[in-house]
Amino acid sequence: MTLETVILDGVRKVYGGRAVVHDLSYSLMPGEVVALVGHNGAGKTTQIKMMLGLTRPDGGRLSVLGADPAHGTHARRALGYLPESVQFHLSFSGRETLAFYARLKGVPVGDCDALFARVGLADAADLPVRGYSKGMRQRLGLAQAILGQPRLLLLDEPTSGLDPALRRELYGIVADLARDGATVMLSSHALTELEDHAARVIVMNRGRLIADGTMAELRRLAGLPSRLRFHAEAAPQRASRVGDMWQLELSEAEKPAALRAALDAGARDITLEDPSLDDIYAHFLRREAA
Amino acid sequence: MTTEATSIAMPAAKRRAAEAARTPAVLTIARRELAEGMRNRWVVSTTILMAALASAIAALGSAPTGSTSTAALDVVVVGLASLTIFLVPLIALLISHDAITREAERGTLLLLLSHPLARWQIVAGKFLGQLAILTLATVIGFSFAAGFVVWQNGSAGWQAFVVMTAASILLGAVFLSLGLLASSAVQESSTAAGISIGLWLLFVAIYDMALLAFLVAQGGHAISGWIMDLALVLNPTDAYRLLTLGEGSSSMLSGMGGVFDNSGLTPGLLVAALVAWCLVPLAAAMLVFSRRNL
Repeated sequence: MTLETVILDGVRKVYGGRAVVHDLSYSLMPGEVVALVGHNGAGKTTQIKMMLGLTRPDGGRLSVLGADPAHGTHARRALGYLPESVQFHLSFSGRETLAFYARLKGVPVGDCDALFARVGLADAADLPVRGYSKGMRQRLGLAQAILGQPRLLLLDEPTSGLDPALRRELYGIVADLARDGATVMLSSHALTELEDHAARVIVMNRGRLIADGTMAELRRLAGLPSRLRFHAEAAPQRASRVGDMWQLELSEAEKPAALRAALDAGARDITLEDPSLDDIYAHFLRREAA
Repeated sequence: MTTEATSIAMPAAKRRAAEAARTPAVLTIARRELAEGMRNRWVVSTTILMAALASAIAALGSAPTGSTSTAALDVVVVGLASLTIFLVPLIALLISHDAITREAERGTLLLLLSHPLARWQIVAGKFLGQLAILTLATVIGFSFAAGFVVWQNGSAGWQAFVVMTAASILLGAVFLSLGLLASSAVQESSTAAGISIGLWLLFVAIYDMALLAFLVAQGGHAISGWIMDLALVLNPTDAYRLLTLGEGSSSMLSGMGGVFDNSGLTPGLLVAALVAWCLVPLAAAMLVFSRRNL
C-alpha cells in the first residue's frame, strides 16, 4: 500500500490542442493541508477534475488513494469534494440533500445530524435550501464534502464569498480533518487568507508548477524584502520617502540591526511588513514571464 | 502515518454494516428524480393534464355509442390512443431532455460524479425515476377516464384499455430514453430542448407525412409488405398506433385494422420494437455520457 494520498507523475492535459496542464509532478501525504494557488485558468480545476476521474490525463501517471481515478469508483468512497459554485436543489431541505449524498456514499443517514452540528447548520437542517444564505449553502456543501470521514478532501475555491467568521470556521474544520490524517487540498486565488492555514503551497501558472513548498521556503526562494516603515525626524541610511514616512527594504538578516537603528533614531508608528503570499505569487509570475 | 490513516477509517464491522444497508446507487438516483418530480409539480401537473384530457375524451366518446355492439371503453381507447401519440412523447421529452444538462448547469453534476457510482448508473437511475413519474401520471390520469366510462356504461372492453395504458407507458419510455440521449450528448439544456422538439416533430408529424407522400408517389403500385412493416417499426409512434388500434374492436373504429391485417407484424413484434426503441437510445445515452470529458 502506498503512503501518498495523491501522486502525479508527469501528468499532462490538453484541451482543444492547448495544453492546460504541463508535465506536473507532485505528491500529497496524509495529514497535509495544501493550497493550490494560481490565476483563473492556471489549471487548478483541471487538476481536481483529473483527481476525481471526471477527465482523463493525456499523459503521465496519476494515482489517487492508491488507484487510477479514471478506472473504478471504489476510491471515491474515501474522497470528499466541494465544487466551486454549487447550487443545491432549492426545494429540498438541507437534511434531504445531505441524506441523498450520504446514501450515494454508503454513509449511514443517521450520521448527518452530527455533521449539521459540526458545520453549524443544526437549526436550519430542516428548512428548504431556498431560504439559505450563501454562507449556509457553503456550510451544506462542506457538510457534504466531509461525509464519511474522507481521507482526501478537495475544496475548489471554498472561501469565495464567505464572511470572515465562516472562513475561520471552515479552516478550523480543515485543520481538524488534517489532524485526523486526511489530506486536504484547497484551491484558491484569495492567497493572503491561506497563509496561516496551509502548511504547503503549490503555485501554478498556465498549467505549470512554478513553486512548491512551505510558506517559509517560498519566502526564502522568492528572496523578497520585508518592508519597514516609520515616522522619524532624521533621515535613516538607505531609506526612501513614501508619503510622510520613511521606508526601508530589508532582507531577513538585516531586520534586527535596522530595527535597532530606527528605534535609536526615535522612530514612531513603526510597521514591519513581510511579503505576503500575494507578493510572493506575483514575484514567481514575474520570474516566469522573464 | 499509516496508523493515522487506518484510525480515521470506519471500524471494519461498522463499514460492513453500512455496506449491507447501502441502497443501490441506481435506486437512490431514481428516488431522488421522482422526489424532484414531486417538488417541481411535474407529477401533479402531468397527472392533471392527462386526467383532464382523458376525462374529456371519455365524456365525449362514450356519449354517442348508444346501444351499438361496440363497448364504450373501446371508443375511449381509440380517442385516448390518438391523444397519447401526441401528448405522451411530448411530456416524456419535457421531463427527460434536461436530466443531465440541468445538473451540469446547477453545478451538481461534478459533485454527483465525485461519488462512488458509475456514470451509467446515473443515466439508469434518472430513467427509472422519470419512468415512475410518467407511469404515475398515465395510470392515474387514464384511470379517471376509465372510471367515468365504467360507471356510465360498464366495464366491457377493459382488456383493450389495460393494454393501451401499458403501451402508452412503453411509448413514454421510448421518448424518455431519447430525451436522456439528447441530454447526455450536449452541454446545454436549450440545445437538448431543441433536439427534443425536433425528435417530437419528426416522429409525430413529419415521418408519417413523408411515408404517406412516398406511398402516394408510388402511384398505387403495391410496395412489398416487409418495407411497409419496416417503415412502421422505424417510428415508435407508428408501432404504438398499430399495437393499440390494430386489433379487436378498436381497429374497426380507428381504421388501423386494414393496415394491421396486411402486415406481418404481430403484437409481440411491435412490443419488441418498442422495447428496442427504448433500450437502444438508453444504452447510447450511457455510452455517450461515460465517454464525455467533463
